[in-house]
Amino acid sequence: MLNRKFIPLAITCCLFCLLFGIGSIQFEGFGTPRVFFNLLSDNAFLIIAAVGMTFVILSGGIDLSVGAVIALTGVVCSVLISKYQWHPLVVFPVVLIGGTAFGAIMGAIIHYYKMQPFIVTLAGMFFARGLASVISEESIPIEHEFYNQVSMFGFEILGDAWIGSSTIICLMVLVVAIISAHYTRFGGRVYAIGGDANSAALMGIPLAATTIRIYAISAFLATLSGIVYSFYTFSGYSLAAVGVELDAIAAVVIGGTLLTGGYGYMVGTLMGVLIMGVVQTYISFDGTLSSWWTKIVIGLLLFCFIALQQLLARVKPK
Amino acid sequence: MNLSKNPNLRRYLWPCAGLLVLLVINAIIAPEFFNIEFKDGRFYGSLIDVLNRAAPVALLAIGMSLVIATAGVDLSVGSIMAIAGAVSAYYITKGVDNLALIIGAGLIAGLIAGIVNGFLVGYMSIQPIVATLILMVAGRGIAQLINEGQIVTFDHPGFAFLGTGTFLGLPFPVVLVIITLAIVQLLTRRTALGLYIEAVGANPSASHYMGLNAKAIKMSVYCVAALCAALAGMIAAADIRGSDANNAGLWLELDAILAVVIGGASLMGGRFSIFLAIIGALIIQTLTVTIILSGIPPKFNLLIKASAIIFVLLLQSPLFQQQLAQLRFRKKATAATNNSKEAKSA
Amino acid sequence: MNTTPVLQLKGIHKIFPSVHALKGVNFTLRAGEIHALLGENGAGKSTLIKVMTGVYQRDGGDILLDGQPIFPNNTGDAQALGVSTVYQEVNLLPNLTVAQNIYLGREPRRFGLINWGKVNRDAQELLKGYDLDIDVTLPLSSYSIAVQQLIAIARGVDMSAKVLILDEPTASLDADEVQSLFRIMRDLKARGIGIVFVTHFLDQVYAVCDRITVLRSAQLVGEFETATLSRPELIGHMLGKELAALGEHKPPVTSACGDALLTVKGIGRTATLSPTDIQVCKGEVVGLAGLLGSGRTELCRLIFGVDKKQAGTVNFNGKEVNFSSPRDAITAGMGLCPEDRKHDGILGQLSIRENMILARQIKQGWWKFISRKEQEEIANQYVKELSIATSDIEKPIEQLSGGNQQKVILARWLAANPSLLILDEPTRGIDIGAHAEIIRLIRKLCDQGLALIVASSELEELVAFSSSVIVLRDRSKVAELEGDEINPQQIMQAIAAS
Repeated sequence: MLNRKFIPLAITCCLFCLLFGIGSIQFEGFGTPRVFFNLLSDNAFLIIAAVGMTFVILSGGIDLSVGAVIALTGVVCSVLISKYQWHPLVVFPVVLIGGTAFGAIMGAIIHYYKMQPFIVTLAGMFFARGLASVISEESIPIEHEFYNQVSMFGFEILGDAWIGSSTIICLMVLVVAIISAHYTRFGGRVYAIGGDANSAALMGIPLAATTIRIYAISAFLATLSGIVYSFYTFSGYSLAAVGVELDAIAAVVIGGTLLTGGYGYMVGTLMGVLIMGVVQTYISFDGTLSSWWTKIVIGLLLFCFIALQQLLARVKPK
Repeated sequence: MNLSKNPNLRRYLWPCAGLLVLLVINAIIAPEFFNIEFKDGRFYGSLIDVLNRAAPVALLAIGMSLVIATAGVDLSVGSIMAIAGAVSAYYITKGVDNLALIIGAGLIAGLIAGIVNGFLVGYMSIQPIVATLILMVAGRGIAQLINEGQIVTFDHPGFAFLGTGTFLGLPFPVVLVIITLAIVQLLTRRTALGLYIEAVGANPSASHYMGLNAKAIKMSVYCVAALCAALAGMIAAADIRGSDANNAGLWLELDAILAVVIGGASLMGGRFSIFLAIIGALIIQTLTVTIILSGIPPKFNLLIKASAIIFVLLLQSPLFQQQLAQLRFRKKATAATNNSKEAKSA
Repeated sequence: MNTTPVLQLKGIHKIFPSVHALKGVNFTLRAGEIHALLGENGAGKSTLIKVMTGVYQRDGGDILLDGQPIFPNNTGDAQALGVSTVYQEVNLLPNLTVAQNIYLGREPRRFGLINWGKVNRDAQELLKGYDLDIDVTLPLSSYSIAVQQLIAIARGVDMSAKVLILDEPTASLDADEVQSLFRIMRDLKARGIGIVFVTHFLDQVYAVCDRITVLRSAQLVGEFETATLSRPELIGHMLGKELAALGEHKPPVTSACGDALLTVKGIGRTATLSPTDIQVCKGEVVGLAGLLGSGRTELCRLIFGVDKKQAGTVNFNGKEVNFSSPRDAITAGMGLCPEDRKHDGILGQLSIRENMILARQIKQGWWKFISRKEQEEIANQYVKELSIATSDIEKPIEQLSGGNQQKVILARWLAANPSLLILDEPTRGIDIGAHAEIIRLIRKLCDQGLALIVASSELEELVAFSSSVIVLRDRSKVAELEGDEINPQQIMQAIAAS
């Protein structure tokens, strides 16, 4: 018998195969490794951000600051590199530490002042975007030899499928995330808080430390996502990545994670992003369909998964 | 009456004081701020501008304050604005001339969206953030679908009046806010609806024991919120004489939530006041003007707004209030010991 | 038997902003004993347990574990010291697997990563000791409450428990499940673990417990050997009736009741209440007696339509009615003051005025708005009539004391002008002055021709105003007393008889 908790994940996987299959049958050149790996490299930054969001949502929270943190990261990187001539390898640790601290502060406010995550991270979103636009309102190009090398780095497999640096980073993040979600005590605590924070506290789970760490991880990954994002754009812009938090949340939900927390898998989030990518690719291959169908389809998928979860929650096993 | 003792009056104190402080600051740094001219049958001046610019958020905040009173939140109002704008633009470009039909179509589009939200939250018991997220994402796509992704422009003086007209010397959007305020205020405070909404938000279980139908009440607040959003969306479309599904109402849901929170409402539900929500919207807009007037580059806008929100949120948190009280207590204590020392040395 | 105390509580005080919840309570638990902790609602049982387990910090007194004073700041501390708790609602995590629940926070690791093979094997092995051979890799929610409870016990004991606290573990178990739980409890006792057993089923107390501690009104009544304490004595201690000074009982004239206002026949619901009859006439009070969990509250909820009845007929005001929600009952002319005032009664943020007029408003419909002036008149009238101690009807109700809150809720229903009022524990957790006033009020209402059903664990109270008393035990009606039969002894006997 299929374990109930795998049902949403199984549906997600089937859905991806189905969509990819339909595309492959309909269009020449769709069902190739190249298209598949492009899904990964095009959406690497989203996967990284969505992995962070998965931790947050698994714990029953939400992080609306992700897109803003991505933009802020880009702006800070570009200013430090282009204006102050720092080496990227010095810049990266600095922004990663800064981003993590930002998330930790949000987590601390959420826990200690007992505020709703959505309003705190909403304020965080305004704060990060605001800081980004204070630093620079214009888009700043990043010109550094190292950046070119990193973004050009990669190799081909399976004929013409390209694995670039962003794909590599995103896969590494994914592996680490899977391990920490499913094979560490921290991961267990995240699920525990998402299941029932009260019971978790009664079972001796340190709520404060775990909550702060969860939001710190989300912000860390959002920062990393911002760095990867700048590999595509070679610039930092305070209005970049608007709405990425919504895409990330959608990916997590479509990936089969319960929005109220407690159930879900990291792999599901990957599949969620890939499904959104396939829909986009399908629409661009088709040519006659317009881009807004992506949003409508994603909205419909969101609804279906939320309704499915509601259904599964209601039909309790006897 | 003692102001600090009466809880109802005290609720009005802080937001009103906040707005007043901002206005005074504006008056100090730019004395012309309060100048109002009457020219060509309408008033002109910074204050009127503030009112006019705050109108869309004020409209959203009216609906949002009802939703938040039931311990919910509606993230989709920005998208509903886009849908309503797109629908009315669609009918105008299709040659419909009857203003009532155009506005009616926009409102009905909004109402449908509200029913969807109300159904998901009230009858399917999906968390409000999640339920309205669906329409927040899909709604913008639907708005684009209506006019096939084009930014449609139109020329319909009657409809444009919604955004740029003047009535009794006031910009028409401001008049619309006043009318909406009056209608919603009548609906909630001259019937028992307002009390029901507060009861469901304050204690759903006790409300159930008293026979309140929480599902229907939730449905109605999401419908009101969506109708307000639809009106705001049509004002925005009328203002630019076109419908831009991508940008109409973008992020305004967040401003609306903030307006309600700045107005002192608790996100946990319960008490609401649409006056305070509108004052919250005015504070947000006045703050923007204050930033411009004080010579701070507008790029600081968001940062200052964010700090203001965090500050207001902290003020509402019981723990923070406690910490403040302790701080004050400690100060008093040290002051007292200092005094006694001084007394001794003297 | 071993008589060394493993856990000692001495002179424990706990003070909340509005209540003195524990007034110098002593409690001694020996190693290898099962010790029942008994008391009615609000007696202080759960507060005492929370003090033992570090959920609350005590405001006075000492806790000694193996003779050493301990100061647990949270449940984690208490667990580390060896005090584990299993709650009625099973505070485990339904979304995690059985094995994860058992080892959460202390999973065996290999190379820094959790060794799931070992976790699952160990869990399987551990549960075998509790006669459970189940798939430990399934989510906890796949199993019944009984199994979940055993899992929780297994977790607690495995974390080196010296003291195991079982807080109403049997409330939702059937007879067989209770027996297997008892078997496990005796096992653990034999291993030298001290068990605190909280329950409201007296049969179970006599079946497994060695000693009994009874609390009442935040104070210790006494510590007793189960073997030497008779059942009526025990109930006497719990309900605090030394069978004397009961106030004047003037039995209302029951025979005069021509046609009943409410006739309920065979009302019931599976796992809630077995079919029960009740009849109430105008101007009389029907008392519902029984211990906590006996079915009192359930009966009230079924009549009022909060829970849907599955069997039986309700005849009200000469018509057969079938309520599907409280709204129907209110429209028909009933009112219900629920037992849990804070959770189900008051609308904390709203004013006294709004709390009072809401039921009447709902009865009238939302468009027939009661004007502000009228609202104020109603509120002022009841503030005066029920002598509610407040300076201002605009004050949020949460700022009132428990007794005054209760009066506001009563006023809420009186304002709705019902012909039948159901009061579930109307005097729970309120001070003595307000207590007497509420009893007087009930008598007065009754004289004015209102019909009342009052559920209470205060026998004195029931005797003081009831014209008939229905006694419930184990979710069914066991006796109906009338006239001279209504006295504390007989009620107590009916509750205790087995």
